[in-house]
Amino acid sequence: MKPVFMTYTKKDLINLAVCMFLSVLIIPSFITTEYWYTSILIPWLCLALATIGQQIVMGYTGQLALGAAGFMAAGAFAMFNLILRVPDLGFVGSLIVSGLIAAAFGILFGLPSLKVRGIYLMVATLASQFFIIWMIDKFGWFKNYDSSGIITAQDIVILGKPFTTPLAMYFVCLAVTTVLTLLAMNMARGSTGRNWMAVRDMDIAAESMGVSLLRTKVQAFAISAFYCGVAGALFAFCYLKSLEPVAFDIKLSFKILFMCILGGLGTINGAFIGAAFILLFPVLLNAIGNNVFHGAIDATIISSIEQVIFGGLMIVFMIYEPLGMAKLWENLKQKLSLKLQSSNVKNLKSSLSKKS
Amino acid sequence: MEYERKFKIGKPILEVNNISLSFGGVKAITDTSFNVLEHEVRAIIGPNGAGKSSMLNCINGIYKPQQGSVSFRGQVVPNITPNIMAQMGLSRTFQNLALFKRMSVLDNILVGRKLHTKTNFLEVALQLPKVKKEEKLNRERSEEIISFLEIEDIKDTPVGKLPYGLQKKVELGRALATDSTIILLDEPMAGMNVEEKRDMCRFILKVNDELGTTMVLIEHDMGVVMDISDRVVVLDYGKVIGDGTPDEVRSNQKVIDAYLGVEH
Repeated sequence: MKPVFMTYTKKDLINLAVCMFLSVLIIPSFITTEYWYTSILIPWLCLALATIGQQIVMGYTGQLALGAAGFMAAGAFAMFNLILRVPDLGFVGSLIVSGLIAAAFGILFGLPSLKVRGIYLMVATLASQFFIIWMIDKFGWFKNYDSSGIITAQDIVILGKPFTTPLAMYFVCLAVTTVLTLLAMNMARGSTGRNWMAVRDMDIAAESMGVSLLRTKVQAFAISAFYCGVAGALFAFCYLKSLEPVAFDIKLSFKILFMCILGGLGTINGAFIGAAFILLFPVLLNAIGNNVFHGAIDATIISSIEQVIFGGLMIVFMIYEPLGMAKLWENLKQKLSLKLQSSNVKNLKSSLSKKS
Repeated sequence: MEYERKFKIGKPILEVNNISLSFGGVKAITDTSFNVLEHEVRAIIGPNGAGKSSMLNCINGIYKPQQGSVSFRGQVVPNITPNIMAQMGLSRTFQNLALFKRMSVLDNILVGRKLHTKTNFLEVALQLPKVKKEEKLNRERSEEIISFLEIEDIKDTPVGKLPYGLQKKVELGRALATDSTIILLDEPMAGMNVEEKRDMCRFILKVNDELGTTMVLIEHDMGVVMDISDRVVVLDYGKVIGDGTPDEVRSNQKVIDAYLGVEH
């Protein structure tokens, strides 16, 4: 029998259809409170996109990089300047070019990966974080010489139509995230992803198979920064609606790193799970604080508890399930299908015994 | 009865010219030369620490020897790196297994098809028709190799979970997937039981016979080496002490001394 090769199996297509059905039809018709769009769904999509970027460089290519927020800042400010100075590009064009500008930074700051690895590379990539933020702060041109420190983001206009309501912005984020996620999946499953993983698992063998370490690592850094750049632009324009370098500080980089690790290194769906967890967990804790303890616990204590739990979870996951929540989800699905099968067998047996 | 070979042994395809390699003060290889003929099975043997693996690493470009050169089809290869050698048609396996542990057997072998993959990441991201076509061809070739090595039942298993003997097979498969003209095998049978060794020998000979691939292998097990190789080069303390057919080497006094020890 000849092997049949397909990029997407039937199961993938069903998953995709379910996700699209939920996000395009169910969510908009059942969730009407603005809060959900402006504070949960939009940042979730943006950060999931940035986490995919982090996944590509860290989960797939195995390069410990910490500076996603720097590339996000590059993307966000590139977007601001492009809309301001090159209005002909339009929103989508500007978004792509901002991603490419971030990718250029990615190439620049990915170069140390050829010489250093592990924790030393992490320190080296931190440079991107500090350099980009410093550059934006230092040169007034990037902020259009605005003295207040916070610039309002321009309105989103696509093909002459304004996208200003939370729902409209949600759809913008959803469309961009969906397209880029599909592209990332294609790369991860194809020859590109295999080269990344080969470099991650055993670089010397990869090189002996003709995989160029230079090209593969720099490519991963560039693509990763592209994703972060686009995510940063969406984050600023759809979520923050303003631009300030402080919003893209090291804390955000760490947040994305946590999303990446908790979600599951080397998985695309892990990016979404990790981002959802890190975003929703504080909301959950606050709700518990308000409804169970009726505000008896101070908000600052709750936010400290949140940090403690994140830290603890990181350790637990690193030790017991390095593949993160995506793997837990897989295991759960497997167990359920096994249970289903065994109950089917039981039914069959009982029906057989009845007959006899 | 003399066996008729489909691929007749030809001209030297790979030559090692006066290579010397040292790590700090330790001399691993001293002024070593030998050649490999096209379509032959060539073995490098020698006691522990004789410099066999270092030799392979020099040929493959992982180590840069202080002196000497490597020629491929009569041409000296300048600036030799693993990548350049791979592009010239030389593939290898490693002594301590260098598989991509978290990837499946099929994916490991597919990485071996890298040099037959011409599409770039953008084309892959967009899944253009030519990407699908190329991927299909690469997968078909990989599946062929998998069934050739009789490892169909484990093709979707992550390599890290497989026992040692099977991992060695997968590594051979990955080297085969490159469709190289020369394959270097660094102790392909180390740590295997008799049955696995016999299997491995069969595969090595089958590859050489059916595809005409030139095989250079390092092996400890003298019996195995003498059975399957056309010519043997013996290293001791980084020097060539014997070179010739298995019979010639077996009767070489220096080789006997090196292996059995000699009274001084």
